[in-house]
Amino acid sequence: MSQSEVRATASAYRKWRQIKDGIATTTITAGGISVLFAILLIFFYLLYEIMPLFQSASIKADSQFKTTTPAAALYLAMEEQAEVGFRLARDGEAAFFQLSDGALLSASQLPLDGAEILSFALESEESRLFALGLTDGKVLIAKHDYRSSYPNDKRVITPELRFPYGDKAFLLSEGRALEQVAISDSDDALLIIAVSNGNLLGRRWVKEEDFLSEEVTLSEEDVLLPSLDIVPSKVLIGPGQQWLYVLAADGGFRLIDLKEQTITDRGYLFDNGKLSQARFLLGGISLLVASDHGSIGQWFVVRDKERDSGYKLQAVRDFDIPNGGVAAIATEHRRKGFASINSAGQLDLFYTTSHRRLLRKDLDIGQVSMMAISPRADKLLVENVDGGLASFTLHNEHPELSWSALWSKVWYESYPEPDYVWQSSASSNDFEAKYSFAPLAFGTLKAAFYAMLIAAPLAICGAIYTAYFMAPALRKKTKPLIELMEALPTVILGFLAGLWLAPFIEKNLPAVFSLFLLLPVGILLFAWLWSQLPATVRRYIPDGWHPVLLVPIVLAVVIGCVEMSAPLERLFFDGDMRAWLTNDIGVSFDQRNALVVGIAMGFAVIPTIFSIAEDAIFSVPKHLSYGSLALGATPWQSLVGVVMPTASPGIFSALMIGMGRAVGETMIVLMATGNTPIMDANIFEGMRTLAANIAVEIGETEVDSSHYRVLFLAAFVLFMFTFVVNTIAETVRQRLRMRYGNL
Amino acid sequence: MSLHDDNKQGFIEWCKRGEPMIWMNAAAVTVSTLAVIGLLMLLAVRGFGHFWPAAVMQAQYALPGEASVTVLAERVESEAVPIEQLLSAGFKIETDDAFVDRELVKLGNRDVSGADFKWVISRYLNDISYPEDAVVIERREWGNFYGYLQAVKEQGQVVASLDDGRAWEEFQTRVIRANEIHEQIKKIEKKDIGAINYRLEKLRLKSRGLELNTSMAEGRREQIQADLAAERAELDAQYKVMQSELADLYRQWHRDSFTMKTASGQIKDQRISTVVQAYQPNSMNFAQKIGFYFTKFGEFLTDEPREANTEGGIFPAIFGTVIMVLIMSVLVTPFGVVAAVYLREYAKQGVMTRIVRIAVNNLAGVPSIVYGVFGLGFFIYFLGSEMDKAFFPEALPAPTFGTPGLLWASVTLALLTLPVVIVATEEGLARIPRNLREGSLALGATKAETLWRVVLPMASPAMMTGLILAVARAAGEVAPLMLVGVVKLAPSLPVDGNFPYFHLDQKFMHLGFHIYDVGFQSPNVEAARPLVYATALLLVVIIALLNLSAVALRNHLREKYKSLEM
Repeated sequence: MSQSEVRATASAYRKWRQIKDGIATTTITAGGISVLFAILLIFFYLLYEIMPLFQSASIKADSQFKTTTPAAALYLAMEEQAEVGFRLARDGEAAFFQLSDGALLSASQLPLDGAEILSFALESEESRLFALGLTDGKVLIAKHDYRSSYPNDKRVITPELRFPYGDKAFLLSEGRALEQVAISDSDDALLIIAVSNGNLLGRRWVKEEDFLSEEVTLSEEDVLLPSLDIVPSKVLIGPGQQWLYVLAADGGFRLIDLKEQTITDRGYLFDNGKLSQARFLLGGISLLVASDHGSIGQWFVVRDKERDSGYKLQAVRDFDIPNGGVAAIATEHRRKGFASINSAGQLDLFYTTSHRRLLRKDLDIGQVSMMAISPRADKLLVENVDGGLASFTLHNEHPELSWSALWSKVWYESYPEPDYVWQSSASSNDFEAKYSFAPLAFGTLKAAFYAMLIAAPLAICGAIYTAYFMAPALRKKTKPLIELMEALPTVILGFLAGLWLAPFIEKNLPAVFSLFLLLPVGILLFAWLWSQLPATVRRYIPDGWHPVLLVPIVLAVVIGCVEMSAPLERLFFDGDMRAWLTNDIGVSFDQRNALVVGIAMGFAVIPTIFSIAEDAIFSVPKHLSYGSLALGATPWQSLVGVVMPTASPGIFSALMIGMGRAVGETMIVLMATGNTPIMDANIFEGMRTLAANIAVEIGETEVDSSHYRVLFLAAFVLFMFTFVVNTIAETVRQRLRMRYGNL
Repeated sequence: MSLHDDNKQGFIEWCKRGEPMIWMNAAAVTVSTLAVIGLLMLLAVRGFGHFWPAAVMQAQYALPGEASVTVLAERVESEAVPIEQLLSAGFKIETDDAFVDRELVKLGNRDVSGADFKWVISRYLNDISYPEDAVVIERREWGNFYGYLQAVKEQGQVVASLDDGRAWEEFQTRVIRANEIHEQIKKIEKKDIGAINYRLEKLRLKSRGLELNTSMAEGRREQIQADLAAERAELDAQYKVMQSELADLYRQWHRDSFTMKTASGQIKDQRISTVVQAYQPNSMNFAQKIGFYFTKFGEFLTDEPREANTEGGIFPAIFGTVIMVLIMSVLVTPFGVVAAVYLREYAKQGVMTRIVRIAVNNLAGVPSIVYGVFGLGFFIYFLGSEMDKAFFPEALPAPTFGTPGLLWASVTLALLTLPVVIVATEEGLARIPRNLREGSLALGATKAETLWRVVLPMASPAMMTGLILAVARAAGEVAPLMLVGVVKLAPSLPVDGNFPYFHLDQKFMHLGFHIYDVGFQSPNVEAARPLVYATALLLVVIIALLNLSAVALRNHLREKYKSLEM
């Protein structure tokens, strides 16, 4: 090989090595950065999942068309898929039409027998049943219904008008025009209440099902109603047919108990103006009332001990409509939200529980007379006085949540007062989801507080002794042992806490209390006696071995306390301290309570705190304490005066990190408490923490539902809390390290 | 550290010197260490005790005013209770003692008497004896049975009875035979029929995939469909053969039965196929007991759970934990090391790297449930369902990867333990003296060569430490796994004989979750408790070993490079 060849080979080899180097640099840089991005992804993904919760609604115009009859609309509705619309006109024409272009699908005339429609009442959005009050004192009941079929894999919706109670009108009162009507249909009875000449007329048809043929027979009965001192302009029947709301045009109301046939409450719904709209929110518990100028009020019946009747109609929330003149309100079919529109076409979307305005928009379609919202709350149909119909697409996914609904007291339906409640699901469809983070955050902090109460003194005192007083030989054994605790799976701690410690504490309550009292006393007593022993004896145990000396003492006190527990219980608490606590002191007692969680979780965070605090104290430069000792300070004085001030930031950061761990711990809390979301600081009651709540509930939520996103929000809160706490702790620690460097 | 050893001090002087505080601090150490040791001992005693063949006691139990009953039971625990509690519970006890001893006995025979366990008052137990011929039968259902063997029957005919003295041996041989048949049945059901079912399912998916594939020519499709149908017919035929084979085995399995007499004299006939194991604890000598103990312990490790996880072994849980941890290790090591190398060796050191370092450090403190939520949302519902749409459209709407499973659990835990590996590796890299790197570079090595030949080998123990700590953390973590793939009872292991052998989409069992599930969700907590203690002990031992090896490695590493730190 010639020299040039050698050189060429060497240069080629060098080039190859350089290429390899370049490849390595790029791969590692790309890999490293992508890993760090993956970590960032957690933050952004959580954020991405919770953002929709706080977004406003949006609306988009779809199509406009004309109605088929000139008569004004009594009622507008849409079916499930929002493909077919239904319009009932004042002249009795019921028309189904295509929502995309307004094409008529079918139209029929209701069997009115020559009478005219005076009043209209919807049973509920869910049942699609409605009643018409006629001029001849009769009531006609009908229902708009839809059937879906799939010929050739294409959905075809066939609308029809049905008469579940027969296509003959019921006679309510011969020859009296029914100015107002209200209907309620349950499994037990059909109830119709009407107003004629300012008087209430009521009739109930009790349903009896034949148990073999399952045929329902109706038996008619009169409903006795108290006489009124106002002129009713609207009547509504509440769910369970218990309450009758009678509203006058000037805002006066009478709440009538249909079971007792008495007037339970009376008053005014608003100060000035004329009643323009009144209808139930989903579930029929809340009443939405609007006057022709001003806001919309939400009212519901609550218990009131001060009244004889025991109930009152309570104003709960107010939804501000700046320009007033509400022309129509449409309530959502599956949530507690509603839309309101004023005659000028200004639309507002509200949600009651979260007290949130999700949208405000001028629709610009002339003077509005009627509005409907689709069952899935994704379409809006608006009619103007000229018979023009316009449909809109609504996008309103998560109205249930707001900052105030999460963290402040909310007045939930049927609750006597505003409260913090977490109750995310129930069996019924018209359930009001209660997403208050307050009880969960409270539970989290309560668990962390009791855990810290137990862990902080033990861990920090232990760290002080281990770092400053303990003999090096002993320290070498003790430290790994306590640090081994950190690796103990929390599921094991939780299991022991729930299945062993909780029953143990319940059985030996006096032992727990006497232990907290006697252990320090016993130790101090022993220490004092020890100091009184002659030096020759004391010299056998060198300084720095105190903990070993204390082992028999601690064991003796613990065993003594447990042994004495039952006799003590007999002596002072009639043999049952738990019953004594509940009956005599009035403190309720759960077997799996905060004390158990505190001990178990304290156990889990002791090693974290201990390890960091011990490092902080141990790495305080030795010459500082030597200097102090040389100046005549006792070891304790140099510790308190010199070492501790220097190490205190480290101890602080140890506490913060321990706190962060206690806040996020899931399994211990899940297993050692009853997981009831209550707000009670009582050490003998349980709690539900944010983390445990996620573990309990996320398995049963629907993906991308509000509940699912709320749980993501809980995870985000936990993430941010621990991240901030840990960052503070970490920064403090780094500062401390720099300071040690300077010393 | 006390400087003066003077003799006696006054109390005030003693307090002034801060002695009480020092002692209190010392006590904190004592209490903490005793708590750790106590906890480990509690687990050890309860966990190991579970497998010991407990003696079976026979006694007459007569509460005052009630007829005497004979009990045959294992003693579980005893305690003293205040007399008031018993009186208020409705016992009529006439005594002046403040406390009455009572004990919990395991009666078994749940199908006969209704309850496994009973609290009895010790003083009313009379004529206590430990009969040699008392038999404990572990059954596949209904828990243990305690009684006396009367006769062994084959197809209803008595082949051995108490009188001819061969009953016990005959019984034992027939139990062994039944268990062998049961093994065969299990093998056919799980392995052979399982494989056929698996292939049938694959065929179904293939033909569904063909239907979805619109680009294929009609003729070709029909041809493939016909092939698939033929294959299916063949599998069906195989299935039929196995069915009949199984039926035959079942008939053989159910052939024998035996007659037992309970303590109260009731006679009960049972099939031998219901028996897992039978033994006479009172007649065992110490060596036999030890032998029994280890067999039971072995079964615990290698058997599958029975009776809603409250009996039998925990093999699937151990297996699931190990597989999950292995996959996680494979994922976390390269990424963690690359990130650490980048941070320490390639990235420009400055404010940004400091911030990143703090952030990575803090991620280790983020609650594990948050990772679980992230894994559920991002990996499963987002990545998983996208993967299903792209690669497994034929299985839809049944999700393949769009549902919790082994892969996502491992990935989630890998993310959870990433900070641990990064931090440990970085620490190792930082510990390597600068002059070594400089020496290598000065000799003409490129940066990559220095890294590969000098730096990484020296940092490898640190990486190992990080990995071991990560594995220890992952093995004990339960909360995130509950969301991303762990189930209480997985029908099959995630690794089996069916191609592609590794089923990353399957759900799996996990030791930690097993503890939670059996301890808190099981219908018969009392019976399951010893098993939970044993499982907990096993988990603790595994994790403690992992941690101790990490500590040992770290110390070894420190020793090794001490000489280099000049």
